[in-house]
Amino acid sequence: MFKDLFGKSKYVTVKTIEKRDKEEVSPDNRLWTKCNSCKEIIFNKKLVENLMVCPKCGYHFRLTAKDRLTITLDQGSFKPFGEDIYSLDPLEFPGYKDKIAKAKAKTGMDEAVIVGEGTIKEHPVIIGVMDFNFMGGSMGSVVGEKITLAIEKALETRKPLIIFSTAGGARMQEGMFSLMQMAKTSAAVKRLHKAGVLFISVMTNPTSGGVTASFASLADIIIGEKGALIAFAGPRVIKQTISADLPEGFQRAEFLLEHGMLDLVVSRDQLRDELARILKIHQAGVVNYGG
Amino acid sequence: MVGNILDFEKPLIELAEKIKELQSFMDEKGIDLSDEINRLKQRARNLQQEIYAGLTTKQILQIARHQNRPTAREYVDHIFDEFVELHGDRRFGDDPALLGGIGLIDGIPFTLLGHQKGKSTKENLKGNFGMAHPEGYRKALRLMKQAEKFNRPVITLINTPGAFPGVGAEERGQAEAIATNLMEMSDLRVPIIVIVTGEGGSGGALGIGLGDKVMMLEYSYYSVSSPEACAAILWKDADKSAEAAEALKITSSALYKLGLIDEVIKEPAGGAHKDPGKAAMLVKEAILSSLKELSKLSIEELINQRYQKYRQIGEFSRISLSEEGLG
Repeated sequence: MFKDLFGKSKYVTVKTIEKRDKEEVSPDNRLWTKCNSCKEIIFNKKLVENLMVCPKCGYHFRLTAKDRLTITLDQGSFKPFGEDIYSLDPLEFPGYKDKIAKAKAKTGMDEAVIVGEGTIKEHPVIIGVMDFNFMGGSMGSVVGEKITLAIEKALETRKPLIIFSTAGGARMQEGMFSLMQMAKTSAAVKRLHKAGVLFISVMTNPTSGGVTASFASLADIIIGEKGALIAFAGPRVIKQTISADLPEGFQRAEFLLEHGMLDLVVSRDQLRDELARILKIHQAGVVNYGG
Repeated sequence: MVGNILDFEKPLIELAEKIKELQSFMDEKGIDLSDEINRLKQRARNLQQEIYAGLTTKQILQIARHQNRPTAREYVDHIFDEFVELHGDRRFGDDPALLGGIGLIDGIPFTLLGHQKGKSTKENLKGNFGMAHPEGYRKALRLMKQAEKFNRPVITLINTPGAFPGVGAEERGQAEAIATNLMEMSDLRVPIIVIVTGEGGSGGALGIGLGDKVMMLEYSYYSVSSPEACAAILWKDADKSAEAAEALKITSSALYKLGLIDEVIKEPAGGAHKDPGKAAMLVKEAILSSLKELSKLSIEELINQRYQKYRQIGEFSRISLSEEGLG
């Protein structure tokens, strides 16, 4: 979607919510986009102003990791780390090297996640953001390593950790190396919990498979972005298994909230405020017991 | 039974039939054919060795999924002197796809968890072919915490095509249940011995699979996704599952070479289903020797070693593939 809109590595520059400069928004040669949900024709300029949310029906278009960072963090506060880590092809899986090269060219990213430090309304955080455009946000060795580095950085600095996830699941081309990233990241989260460091997981559309079944489900506070598909097994697989229609709204964030799997469902325009509110409460300090 | 014959074993079956025929001919007519019979028996052994030495991944997959492959319950019956099955997750229900309990092996107490595949259609309908629901994973966690409380080592036997993909499983948090197990198993203060006995299907396998010693039976497999699903998703062609099976590197020998498992447990000639009793004894030996090895470590050392083992898994470079001119 985004590729159609803005072309290769020409990312839309969305300013922070408080201070957006409309003139800097750079829509592509095509001026409009059809909503995936209500089919409304939306002008790109309007769509970008609205944080890639359909103004008519509220459908949340997918965001690139870079755009997510832009609309979440205080302007200019982001400092990446773990940048010098690249995928190998440990199984010599047919076509994998080529796929990575294409994903790099398409997204301008080295891998399916960006990790770093920044601030949200001046609250310092460690942040990780996954990008679905890079091989479906799949978790292989590098994604697992970068997520683990982010967890370790939070452990070391005691700054709250926020991870925005989106993934089709584990990366098949790295086979069992990918599956074991679930174990690696989950073990690292355990250390974070034992050390008493806050972890907020934001699941965005779609989050499924091995990412949902590891670190993304292990946070103190789990937020689903409005309308996001959140699953272990995807709806297609389940439909095949049970050969029946799926319940209304099945595996959407609202459905998970109802079933007790999420703390909150938040729309994109409220997300930064909501995160800041949680951070503010969290950072207010601790009550001293027993004098 | 006919449906359980593996295609690559047909020459062996034919040979066995011929031996049987000769035997009954000899008994009927009173003619001594024992030389001929012994010759054929030797040929059968050689042939079996030959076939099993050159198995393709697809063939190993067939053995791993064989209907007569010993189940967790059969291993328990063979290995444990005493065993008490324990039920339920105390939250929602009891999942027959995940067997749990406590028992003694040579007088040593263990907690055992294992995916339970059925042998009959009826059993499989009840136990969903060893595909556990969240309540199965939560029962496993409850029993692991109980094991920790009483300082009992944990054994897990993995044999599942995957976690159950259904509406109820999703509603009740299949992903959360597996994730929580991974997190808690990483820090469980007793040794965890993991054995993949048949199918190691993805997250559903890993959900009871994080441990200090991870072993695989020779003809089991362990994979990030079923080769069928992999072929369908990556190549839009489920018929390419044999290629996917090779490419995914899912056999015990391949995973041992990649350093992703700690040990391969040999199977009786022709696979565990040919001699479940012997297979169980080999599993028992592996469990006891693993425990001996792991109990040399203090609990702190054990937990730290377990963490470092998983922390180090991953293959990456500090130089981009494209910079190397490979991309």
